[in-house]
Amino acid sequence: MPVRKRTLALIAYFILLLLPIYWMFNMSLQTNADILGEFSLVPTDPTLTNYIKIFTDEAWYSGYINSIIYVSINTAVSLLTALPAAYAFSRYRFIGDKHMFFWLLTNRMAPPAVFLLPFFQLYSTFGLIDTHIAVAISHCLFNVPLAVWILEGFMSSVPREIDEMAYIDGYSYPRFFLTVFVPLIRTGIGVTAFFCFMFSWVELLLARTLTTTDAKPIAATMTRTVSATGLDWGLLAAAGILTIVPGALVIWFVRNYMAKGFALGRV
Amino acid sequence: MAQIDLKDLAHSYASRPQSDADYALKRLDMIWQDSGAYALLGPSGCGKTTMLNIISGLLRPSQGRVVFDGRDVTDLSPQDRNIAQVFQFPVIYDTMTVFDNLAFPLRNRGVNEGEARKRVEEVAEMLELSDDLRRRAAGLTADAKQKISLGRGLVRSDVAAILFDEPLTVINPHMKWLLRRKLKQVHEQFQITLIYVTHDQNEALTFAEQVVVMHEGQVVQTGTPQELFEKPAHTFVAYFIGSPGMNLLPCRLDGGAVVIDGEHIALADGLGARAERAGGELQLGIRPEFLKLHATQVEQGIPVRVKLVEDLGNYKMVTVRLGERTLQAKVPEDEEVGGEQAWLVFPPEWLRLYVDGHLVE
Amino acid sequence: MEKTPNNKAWLLVIPVFVIVAFSAIIPLMTVVNYSVQDIFGPGERYFVGVEWFKETLSDRRLHDALWRQFLFSGLVLLIEIPLGVMIALAMPKRGWGVSVSLVLLALPLLIPWNVIGTIWIIFTRPDIGLFGVAINGLGIDFDHTASPLDAWVTVMLMEVWHWTPLVVLLAYAGLQAIPEAYFQAARIDGASAWATFRYIQLPKMRGVLTIAVLLRFMDSFLIYAEPFVLTGGGPGNSTTFLSIHLVKLAVGQFDLGPAAAFSIIYFLIVLLFSWMFYQALQRVGTGEK
Repeated sequence: MPVRKRTLALIAYFILLLLPIYWMFNMSLQTNADILGEFSLVPTDPTLTNYIKIFTDEAWYSGYINSIIYVSINTAVSLLTALPAAYAFSRYRFIGDKHMFFWLLTNRMAPPAVFLLPFFQLYSTFGLIDTHIAVAISHCLFNVPLAVWILEGFMSSVPREIDEMAYIDGYSYPRFFLTVFVPLIRTGIGVTAFFCFMFSWVELLLARTLTTTDAKPIAATMTRTVSATGLDWGLLAAAGILTIVPGALVIWFVRNYMAKGFALGRV
Repeated sequence: MAQIDLKDLAHSYASRPQSDADYALKRLDMIWQDSGAYALLGPSGCGKTTMLNIISGLLRPSQGRVVFDGRDVTDLSPQDRNIAQVFQFPVIYDTMTVFDNLAFPLRNRGVNEGEARKRVEEVAEMLELSDDLRRRAAGLTADAKQKISLGRGLVRSDVAAILFDEPLTVINPHMKWLLRRKLKQVHEQFQITLIYVTHDQNEALTFAEQVVVMHEGQVVQTGTPQELFEKPAHTFVAYFIGSPGMNLLPCRLDGGAVVIDGEHIALADGLGARAERAGGELQLGIRPEFLKLHATQVEQGIPVRVKLVEDLGNYKMVTVRLGERTLQAKVPEDEEVGGEQAWLVFPPEWLRLYVDGHLVE
Repeated sequence: MEKTPNNKAWLLVIPVFVIVAFSAIIPLMTVVNYSVQDIFGPGERYFVGVEWFKETLSDRRLHDALWRQFLFSGLVLLIEIPLGVMIALAMPKRGWGVSVSLVLLALPLLIPWNVIGTIWIIFTRPDIGLFGVAINGLGIDFDHTASPLDAWVTVMLMEVWHWTPLVVLLAYAGLQAIPEAYFQAARIDGASAWATFRYIQLPKMRGVLTIAVLLRFMDSFLIYAEPFVLTGGGPGNSTTFLSIHLVKLAVGQFDLGPAAAFSIIYFLIVLLFSWMFYQALQRVGTGEK
């Protein structure tokens, strides 16, 4: 039966997809000596020492806290600034609207590497280096345009008549926006928040450059430890596995909306 | 061209149906005559589309057989049944020209190009699509797209029946009328069995020779438009057909008459006795069109209070109260309806009695 | 739907404008400023005009990185788009399998990019990696730190592993949006599975596939962290893509002038493609309704 063959192919694909992640998980449960010693498909002597080290050593776990802080700030800032702008683009025609929209999009396409040095200089001038704010604001470079773009799509699918009706009913603009409009596009807001979270979470280049110790993201902690400790594979793997956890949790909560965001084709 | 028999058919979308309510289509036997023009009428969710998809083979019934001209086709795919189906929203192949769209079913069946061309041109001529054959189908209007869907069915010379699933939903009113006329013309010319699903009674009544009324997964009546209007077999049909539907009044028998709120209304000979034998909950039915309303007292007239008079152009719709009951009567435009009091005459030949919802014959 | 002309709408756009201006316009001006100066240190700057641009444009390393970049992005599209569409076609259409598949697919997309590199180092190392050990076990000599070809294969594998799910999700969303009636009509018309794909699914996916192609092209063009962690651009310069080259130039050698000139050229290339992307999207948008 062709249907069964398809399903088998799909299962095979998912196994391949999970294999590298599984391998890292496998490593994270072994000590460095075990890893370099005998090659095995499952941990022969599973241990949680790597995880315990990460959770007890502040140099490690503060990395996670830093990442979560700047990702959250970035998501909030992106959403709050993008909401009114997306509304303007979806409802009004104004001088330079198309150029503005296109210009915003080009920033989504800008190579972060190009901005590396100027960012460093800029944030140094403002004394923002090694703060969560610096990373959060720098990630706005690609997340704000993205948020505007996704939200504009969702807002355009809400009929204008609803706006007009609310005005006729005597709603003020802010009250209409908060009590009528925002609930209508809450799916869109959820999808947007998900993507802002995701892109801020996975970015490293800017986050690493703009921080030294106090706001250093976990991903950067990892790369530095690699060179410093002479490659403790088990520890590295455990840290890697832990960076997947927040993402996996987020996906689980938004799984029903994910396809919608992709359906609009605005990622 | 085929006669379609549905034998002991039932369908449930649940994998293990527990009760009657799990069935989208309750057990039924039915025959669709060869080259008949049928309308399948009923409200949303009554099982019309389920029945249609079972006939076309898109759906395999949970039980029972589908037989075309004596051949059991229950296990055959839609393709092997030679059925054409036109859907609610126009389905066309966007990237193809109109010609390629029409030729598509033939090419899939390996018909040679010369023969296909001949058939497509014939059908395009018939559907007035000849001028558009070279155009891309995607750019056409909704009604032209629906004609293409229909055409894809007609090009196959062996087609057994054409099924329509509310095909005029997205067509504007004027084009609706033209397209319906086209359908009738196609039917007359090709003599193909047509089954037309709709929830719009006007569409059903103007289009079909036979109307099949469905309600909650069951066929409640099959008949000509006239039969449905004059002798609804079930209170659902009585109420669903006509605008407004039939007046239905709970009543009790008293000899050759019924009593509604103390007023006696005479029945046709023997009707009362037959209803008596049937037993059960009794309702009197009469269409608003057959009630006679008088401003002055007349013989056989029952006194009623006039609640509302609506002028609807060439007739008036009058809402009256008979005791605790409300009735509607359709009266000619020129008839004066004034004052609160009026007298209503119930012509015995148009009175219907329903026992537990079913017509007393 | 007509939009109302209203220039006050600018007030709503101002917050976005300010924040993006702060993180895009000012830095970009700095870059332009650098690109025309020779900088030895604070206070020691000399105006050099288009000198850096001339030098950068004739730089062999730039040419190599550019061709490498185009080859990489081209391969990415050739592999990921057809593979993504095939997997999307095999996905379940409804039921519990949908949620599970979507979550599994999204997983690689939510891993920090340098961790992706780490995963693949661990996975492909000839001494401790499952893949590395398995391949070497088959008698094929494989080491991405030594052989440029092996490095390319590894980077491609990683890229395909990482980003094909995005193409699958896009294609799947496109497929799910096709009304059931199309498939029913195709069955009645006797269309084969191939004909159904060719005349229904593929045309209906045109919009999302355009987006997928352009997104994958853009993002693979900007790729930095994953190959940097995995190969560091080597062996030699064999996996030094544009971003890696730029960072080497700017941070590694602190050649601010040439790096800035390079940045501007890089940015202009990207801008050109963004514009094409925007045009293509517009056309898809208007062509369908």
